[in-house]
Formats: sequence, C-alpha cells, structure tokens
Amino acid sequence: MSQLPKWADSFLVPLLSVLLALVVSGLVVLAIGENPLTAVRVMITGAFGSTYNLGFTLFYFTNFVFTGLAVAVAFHAAQFNIGGEGQATFAGIGAALIGLSLGETHWLLVLPLGILVAFLFGAAWAAVPAYLQVRRGSHIVITTIMFNYIAAGLLVALLGNFLKPAGSAAPQSRTFDEGAHLPRLDEVLGWIGIEAQRMEGNIMFFFALAACAVVWLLLWRTHLGFEIRAYGHNEKAADYAGISGFRIVMLVMLLSGGLAGLMATNTVLGQQHSLVLGFVEGAGFTGIAVALMGRSHPFGVALAALLFGALYQGGAELAFEMPAIPSKMIVIIQALIILFVGAMENIVRIPLARIFMFVQQSRKA
Amino acid sequence: MAVARGTIHGIVGENGAGKSTLMSILYGFYQADRGEIRINGERVAIRHSDDAIAAGIGMVHQHFMLVKPFTVLENVILGAEEGASLQRSAAKARGILGELAETYGLEVDPDMVVGDLSVGLQQRVEILKALYRQAEILILDEPTGVLTPSEADHLFRILESLKAQGKTIIFITHKLREIMSITDTVSVMRRGAMTATHPTSEMSVTRLAELMVGRAVELRVDKTPARPGAEILSVRDLTVARNGTERLKSISFGIRAGEILGVAGVAGNGQSELLEVLWGTAAATAGEVLLKGAPLDVSRGGRAAERRRQGIGHVPEDRHRHGIIMPFGVWENASYGYHRSPSFTSGPFSLPGRMKDAARELIETFDVRPDDPLLKTANLSGGNQQKIVLGREIRQNPDLLLIGQPTRGVDIGAIEYIHREIVALRDQGKAILLVSVELDEILGLSDRVIVMFDGRISGERVIEETDENDLGMLMAGVDQREGKNVTASKMG
Repeated sequence: MSQLPKWADSFLVPLLSVLLALVVSGLVVLAIGENPLTAVRVMITGAFGSTYNLGFTLFYFTNFVFTGLAVAVAFHAAQFNIGGEGQATFAGIGAALIGLSLGETHWLLVLPLGILVAFLFGAAWAAVPAYLQVRRGSHIVITTIMFNYIAAGLLVALLGNFLKPAGSAAPQSRTFDEGAHLPRLDEVLGWIGIEAQRMEGNIMFFFALAACAVVWLLLWRTHLGFEIRAYGHNEKAADYAGISGFRIVMLVMLLSGGLAGLMATNTVLGQQHSLVLGFVEGAGFTGIAVALMGRSHPFGVALAALLFGALYQGGAELAFEMPAIPSKMIVIIQALIILFVGAMENIVRIPLARIFMFVQQSRKA
Repeated sequence: MAVARGTIHGIVGENGAGKSTLMSILYGFYQADRGEIRINGERVAIRHSDDAIAAGIGMVHQHFMLVKPFTVLENVILGAEEGASLQRSAAKARGILGELAETYGLEVDPDMVVGDLSVGLQQRVEILKALYRQAEILILDEPTGVLTPSEADHLFRILESLKAQGKTIIFITHKLREIMSITDTVSVMRRGAMTATHPTSEMSVTRLAELMVGRAVELRVDKTPARPGAEILSVRDLTVARNGTERLKSISFGIRAGEILGVAGVAGNGQSELLEVLWGTAAATAGEVLLKGAPLDVSRGGRAAERRRQGIGHVPEDRHRHGIIMPFGVWENASYGYHRSPSFTSGPFSLPGRMKDAARELIETFDVRPDDPLLKTANLSGGNQQKIVLGREIRQNPDLLLIGQPTRGVDIGAIEYIHREIVALRDQGKAILLVSVELDEILGLSDRVIVMFDGRISGERVIEETDENDLGMLMAGVDQREGKNVTASKMG
C-alpha cells in the first residue's frame, strides 16, 4: 500500500482537510447570500487585526490547549476522554473557592493554588470514570459524558443555592476581589517594558505552552510515557511486558482530567473573575477536535488550538460585522473541520498518496 | 503458472514471497495490475469473490470464515440461499451434503453447531461450503497448520478422493514434507515471482528448500547431547480454570539447567495457559511453581515484571499481539519490557541514546535486517521481528527462557538461525521451555518432550526414544507405551 512521508502525514493532510472544510463553509456563506471572501477577511482581522483582538484569540487558545492536551494524552493510552467539559466545570468550582476565599491576598499565592486546586478537582472528576473503566468495565466514553451532565447539574445547584449573592438573579457568584485576578497579558508585557493595549489573555497562556512541553517530555522522554504509548497500542503486549493497565489508565485519566481542569483556572481566575453558569462553553468538546487535528501530538495540539482560537474570536467578530451571518456559523465551521479532519480524512489522504506515488515513480523513471 | 485439471498443485515459498497475494487475486480480494487468468482456456475477469465462485473457484482459508453459533447446514448455505424460504434451500442443501459426504468421505453432522466442532471438522465444513458452490478448483491456504497429524492424514485422503473425482486442488503450504507427500506438481515462489515449477517426483525436500531461499539450507539442527544440571523450574499439580472450564488439569514437570524441554500438542490443549501462568499474566487456580527452589506467585496475573527480575525471559507465542509493539521503532522494541532497567533510565526519564545503542548491538549480534534501529518494526519481516524478540530476551541472560512457537510465520533462512541460537543458549546452561505445534521443531530441538492433550500431559518422552508417530498418537491422547512412562497426570 502507498504510504505518505511523515511530514505530509502530519502537516499536509490536516492542512488540506482544513482548507477543504473552509471551502465548504464558504459555500454555506454563499448560500446565505454573503460574500465568503469578505467573511474570511473579517474573520482574520477579527482574530489577529489588533492587539485587543489578538488577546482574545490567545485567551481561547489557552483554553483549547488545555482541553486539547487532555484528550490527546488520554488518546495515547487508547482512552477516549470526552468528559473534558465536566472535568473543567468541576475544576471551576475548585478555582472559584480559591478566588472567593483568597481575594484579599495576592495573585502570586492565587496562581499556584488556583492551578493546583483546579488540576486536582479536574483529576478527581476523571478518576471515577477511569476507575469504573478499569475495574468494572464500564465504558469510559459513556461514563465521562454522563459525568458532564452531573457536573453541569452540580454547578447549577451550587450557584443557585450557595454561591449566588443574596438578591441577585444572575446565576453566578460574586466577583472575586482584586487579589484573585490573574495578571492579563498586557500587564505581563508591561513587566518587561512593553506598553500594550488591553489583552484579555492572561498569564495562564505561558502555562499552556509549558504544558505542551511537559506532555511532550512525558510521552516521549520518560519510561512512563513509553508505557503509556505501549499500552495504547496494544493492551495485551503491555501485560506481557509487565506494565500494569490499571496504573496506566488511572494515571493517564488523572492527568487528562487535571489538564482539562486548568482550562477553568484560565477562564474563572484569569478572565471572568467569578463563577458563571456554563462558563466552559463547549471548550471541552472543542478539545476533541483540537486533539484530532493535532494528531494527539502536543505541538500539533498547540497549532490546532491556535486555529480554533482564531476561529472563535474571528467568528464572534464575523457575527458582529456581518449580521446576516448567524453566530452559529462558527459551530458549522467547527463541525466541518471535525468531519474533514477526523472522519473523512481519506478524501485528502488517498489522492495525496497517489500523487506522491506518481511523483516517486516518475522520479525513478 | 499453469495448473492441470485433476491434479494437486503445491505452492511453496517463504513468508512474504507472494503466495497469499496470488491466491487473493485468484479469489477476487485484490485486483491484478497486469496479466490475465484463464480457466479452461477462457479468459475470466475476477473482480469480486462472487466472480471467483461463479468461475468454479473455492477457497479454504487459513483462518476459517465460519459463523460459529450457526449449524453446519446454515454455514454451508450462507450466501447461497435460494429464494425467500430458508427451509426449502435447507432441505435441498441437506440432500446435497449427504451426497458429498458419500462421494468424498466428508462426513459431518449437518445439525451440529460449528463452534462445537473440532478444528479438523470445521475445516471439513469449509471444504463442503466450496463444493456446495460447485467449485471445480479448490484452493487450500496452509490447511494443516491447525491439525493433528492424523487429522492431516484424513485431510490428505479427502484431497486424494477429490482429485480422483476430477477436481483440481491448489495447495499452499510452507511444510515441505506435505508437498512431497501429496502434490503432483510443485511451484516455488520467491520475492513475488514464480521461480520454478516441477513435477513433485523430481524434487526433494532439500532441493525445494534451496529453491525457496535461493541458497543451500541446513534443515537439521546440529546439537550435542544435553548435559542437564540442577533443576531450575519445577511445576507441581498446576491447574488453571478459565470461565469455569479447566484448561490445565493438575500438571507437573521440571526443567533442568542446560536442557530444552519441548511441549508438543495441537494448539489449544493448554499450552498457551501454561505459558501465561509461568509468565505471570494469568492466574493459576491450584498448584505451585518453583524457580530455583523458590516459589513463584501464580495466584494472580500482572506479574510479568516480577518474573523478569527473577530471571525468566519469554518469547511469546503470538509476537504480533504480545511480544512487540508494531508501530514502535526497532530501537524501542529492542528494550521493550526491560525499558525500566537502570541501564535505560535516569530517574523518570528514559535514555533513548542508550536504547538505540542496545538496539544496534542486538541488530548486529542477531543479524536483524535491515540494520536500521530507527525503522518502524511493522516494516520488518516476521523472521526479523522474531529475531528482535528472541535477541532481546536472550541478551538479558535469563536462567529460564520460555519460548512459544519460535518460528511461526518465520522464513526458512531465519528458522535455521533461530534454532541455532536456542541450542547455543542451552549449551550455556540455561533451562528452556519450548512450546511448538511443529513436530519437526520439537523433534529437532528438544532433549525431552512432554505432550499436552486436553489440559493434561498425555505422555513424556526422552527425545532419542520417540518419533513422529509416537508423538502424533500422544497428541491425540493415545499412549502406545502405556505403563512404560509414568506421567504426572496419571499419578494425580
């Protein structure tokens, strides 16, 4: 069978698939009666056109890196964690407890504690489905998605009964005190003497980049990572090699849930400064698309997260600038990307493989 | 290639020589890029297995294509039902099956559930399926791999009677002895090309092996008599139950240093369970196992890492599923299982440089080709993959090496090499447990043999005092020398 060179497999195929998805999205825009080229221009300037807009793009990027890594890490052990949404929701409760109680201290204290507690809450929420999977054989896809609903319900109950300030009708907690606001990107830039417009992304952006590096190190430079990948490829061979499946699945799912939880640190402590109903806004599910597109590789995840961050921010601007295009357009584009990158990859791969074969043969001749 | 009507035509070749590809093209699974197929002089286009069936080609696959919970009758008519009424085609099929059974000696109870039949009978159902579809040309792909010697003999008798009735048979195998005994003509494939076709009467086993490999091969294993030392492994009354059925029934045996103990038997008579328990990936229900006098924990699975530390190595029966990770690089598989040993790690980190060095050494010592540690393991031939597994385990210098089917799916050139390595390891004073379904291998390598049948040891022999017939009877559960050898199962 024909095989693609590695670089084409990891870069060209996803790139062409995304382009294909964008072309089809363009047809949808055309069907609405708007100019797709104008729409593309609006989206690009909306995402990268100004420091302010870029700030939002980087904020979404940070969310998607965390949820994307969460899915990617689990993929390597052949676990499909689609519970990032619930894990982030539960982690948000943890982050909010820090924000509410330590608001009068300093962000230097809130940042490490916010990361730690959100990670632990996210991990705890993933631990139950993981345990049920390895010890009871309950399928992790089913249990993680059910835990999404439980987390959502828990958030409603907490906000409605305990965290909502008296007399307020909005389903959200009080705003945290200044000390619990993580530094925004423009403030961080200020430390090194760069004056910038307000940028909505915050210091967690750097932790997202670090998380990519850490996950890469873990998977490809430690013996635990070696075992995770071995288990993911072949459970039986892992048993033969003396690798404990229980340990691998538990560790990977704890890490996966924890990473998804860091999304809450970014949003709750870094941007909204209060616990808001439905604050995850689908980032957990977008993480699946990000991981698929990024081939479960941390650097691929970072690139895919940037694309999705730009789509989110650009899509919001699009809905504002071209009111005829509904804001749900972004959901359509996202769905098309998942369809082309995840499910219909062979549309691109097979013709591409033929082209490569043809080129190789004519070079030999 | 041309095959004459009413003959048995053998095709031999090493793994990857193209035998299966050729047969898949004949049966319509793949399309040929160029060339044509003619049947009775007429050109036929086979695009799909339906075309092949219509052209009178029947295929008996190496891995049976049967629906296990269905009865024999249902399996035979599956896909060849006529009209909407199942009953009518069933009644018709019952009649035809009766005739076929009479003509060719293919008796099978049509109402038995296929899953309950022995492997030999299941194969018979496959042949019946093809004949029911009026096949004139029957292709058998490695048909004897799963049969006992007597079942194989029966199969050969059936093939003879099919031949007598004018059917044409294409017989694919890697067992040269079978080619010699049953075929009229033999074709040899090497590297995707048909290199020779000769009447079988003009060939010999050595000549065939040479044609297959392209050079002279040593089929016999040279070895000196064993000089057994102290007992390394001692198994006492080991019992293993799985899903309520006993797969191992209170077996006992021992292996001494410098000795190869062969475990013969038809696949599925408890050998796999024995290996799993010894290796610590499955639990025993009763009995004990001593390694150099110290008991091993056989009460639980998940003990493989512990076994390695205790000085056991294991070349698993199914290397694709157990021994290596196919998508990993050769260098990763070369230390797989030992990846936590201090020489490959520094704290939580693994040391890819050291792993690659070790892989290079292994590649050199064990002549793995191609000699690139960065290659993906899946891209290596079966023989070279097996060299990696064997080499990896041998390099750890274990006191006891468990080896399952060392040459399954391995080409002749590599078999020669692997056999020499196993004997060399014995001569270093290691204890070796060799499980194999290939009688030739058992006879060629072992110093002592135990034969397993239905979870028991049906007999034990010193290699000098046994032969293929004797072992073949034991594999079917019959001991011709009852009383002479007292085996553990009889005592218990």
